[in-house]
Amino acid sequence: MPEIGTDRWVAEFESRRVRREGPWGRLVDWTSRHWLGLFVVAAVVYPFVIGGDFGIRVGVNALLLAMLAIGLNVVVGYTGLLDLGYVAYYGLGAYGYAFLASEQFGIHLPTLLVVGVVALAVFGIGLVLGQPARRLVGDYLAILTLFFLQVFVELALNLDRLDLPFVDGPVSITGGPNGIAGVDPMEIFGFRFGQVRDYYFLLLVLVVLLIVGVTNLARSRTGIGWRAIREDTLAAEHMTIPSGRLKVLAYAFGAAVAAVSGTVFAAVQLGVFPQNFTVALLIVVYAALVLGGEGSVPGALVGALIIAMVPELLRTPAGARLLFYGGLAVAALTLVKPRRRLLVVVPGIVATGLAVRSLVTALWPDLVDVEAAGMVDRWVVRFVPSADVVVSVLFIVTIAVVLGIVAVRRRGAKDALVVVGVYLLVLVWENRLVEEPSITRQLLFGALLVVLMVARPHGLLGRPRVEVV
Amino acid sequence: MATLELSGLTKRFGGLLVVDSLDLTVAEGEIVSLIGPNGAGKTTVFNLISGVFAPDEGDILLDGSSIVGLPRHEIARRGVARTFQTLRVFLNMTVAENVIAAEYASGKVGAVRSFFGTPAARAEAARMRAVAEERLRFFGERLIGYRLDQPAYSLSYANRRRLEIARAMATGAGLLLLDEPAAGMNPAETQEITRLIGELRDDAGYTILVIEHDMHVVEGISDRVVALDHGVKIAEGSFEDVAADPAVIEAYLGTGGAATK
Repeated sequence: MPEIGTDRWVAEFESRRVRREGPWGRLVDWTSRHWLGLFVVAAVVYPFVIGGDFGIRVGVNALLLAMLAIGLNVVVGYTGLLDLGYVAYYGLGAYGYAFLASEQFGIHLPTLLVVGVVALAVFGIGLVLGQPARRLVGDYLAILTLFFLQVFVELALNLDRLDLPFVDGPVSITGGPNGIAGVDPMEIFGFRFGQVRDYYFLLLVLVVLLIVGVTNLARSRTGIGWRAIREDTLAAEHMTIPSGRLKVLAYAFGAAVAAVSGTVFAAVQLGVFPQNFTVALLIVVYAALVLGGEGSVPGALVGALIIAMVPELLRTPAGARLLFYGGLAVAALTLVKPRRRLLVVVPGIVATGLAVRSLVTALWPDLVDVEAAGMVDRWVVRFVPSADVVVSVLFIVTIAVVLGIVAVRRRGAKDALVVVGVYLLVLVWENRLVEEPSITRQLLFGALLVVLMVARPHGLLGRPRVEVV
Repeated sequence: MATLELSGLTKRFGGLLVVDSLDLTVAEGEIVSLIGPNGAGKTTVFNLISGVFAPDEGDILLDGSSIVGLPRHEIARRGVARTFQTLRVFLNMTVAENVIAAEYASGKVGAVRSFFGTPAARAEAARMRAVAEERLRFFGERLIGYRLDQPAYSLSYANRRRLEIARAMATGAGLLLLDEPAAGMNPAETQEITRLIGELRDDAGYTILVIEHDMHVVEGISDRVVALDHGVKIAEGSFEDVAADPAVIEAYLGTGGAATK
């Protein structure tokens, strides 16, 4: 009879183990161990490098979004509750701060007290409104919570002329569509928050605290219970996990996190308005979480930073160009495999450009704008403004070629299409899109998200989930 | 540690009588096998005991008190742990986390202390991991070492079955309901699991109710065998008695026409 529990694989593990090798592998290992430290260093340096108020404001938005995404990660990523009402708690936090620290009711409480009271109150609301999560899952819960968000928006819009008993005239609670302006800036231990930079550093502290806390939670029985519920609720219950209670706890925890970031948002904006808390923001928060990778705290952080900062980078032509060519390079790297084929593809792209340019110049000299003298312009054809139609047609051809790249499987044909596609993209970009930044911004950002999600469906830092094996 | 008593247990799915006034006792420290053809209602009995469904009639007593109508996690907390015929490990969690999840009830540290990572929270997490490792060590070296931190989906079928048993043990329950523990295992592994189920009772002191199709396993482990067909108990007794029972043979092989070879 064989020995019980002997296992060849376990015995030979050390000899079979594949480690990440080389300088790149060591860098990846080191980064994955020290990501929080790296983030803190980069975030502390950022305001000094970026200088202007606008850049810091972008940073504030990014950190607010990071808080929201990390909080939502607990609800959606860990516990698997599809909460579409999440932004309502952000709004409740903001309005809560405005109620307790503005001229609206003439109440001006100390900041720490306000934040504490609001966080606890919204946590309590989350406990109540989270009750349906005990029974509803998936799309059913999603629709119900979306309704909560809609109710919140309607209340914020309409509680501005409320007739109360024993009070003369209508009372305004939320200020209606005009919101509440003139909210107090924060003041903690006698330090009055005057500049955007002050809030930036406050948010940085909050984000780091949240990351450490959520990471701690993830290792505790609560966090492991949350993830077990997402994996298999029934099995989790059979393993003594009170799924209902833990679901509600996750929901309320997310609500409280959103509320705290809401209070900072109200203070930094010095006001709250109903249009700040709509489905549009909800989509942005979800985009950040999904892009970063559901279930991953560093993923939620990175996703939020990308979603908040990349569109700002696209505002300036130089930034947009950098991103465009960067994206193109990454796309070429992922599409052409094995990598050594790039030795053929890259010269191919260069040669195509030179050939097309001399051909077009020889055949239709009137169409070519000879004035353009940038480095790229010597390579790609720059059309004169009157040749708009040609560029538009080429735009459509480009889209067809890009679709072809996705559809074609044969190596040679695919590489040929990549050559043509990259050239056409640069051509259309240089002729048209760079001139129209407002359209380009959305287009490019959308394309970037599509490419990222196709390349990594489980998010940048998420782990691919295995459902059935 | 645990005694189980089913009396007049009845369950209908629509108009279909799946379990029909079943009486069954499992004494403390006993291993009882539940056998019967597919569709006999064996897994439904497990689902009734562990609270997946509520019985239409009858009572389920654990150590003398009724557990009918209790929430599932409460039934588990009171001492009924189970494995699943169609494996339900937490695929995207590590082997250690799978077992730690089942230790939930043994924990005392709440979410607030866990969030701030207090010494108590750290100590509890360390203790839970140590317990998980100890439970997994029951299966020799198969699930420890580097496997502790591997995702459960990377495990072989047989190892997932073992993981489910370790997870059930970690709940701290005294009664284990094992649903086809040897399904999908090769002969050597089947022999091993037979021996381990014996050890679960002899060394670890569990009371065990097991569903099994492999008659070698049933013969090897059972103190008593209960045969079900169409939700009705058709035989009960020692393995030899039940295996020779005409009703059982009929249920498995049918009557009439001579078997063709």
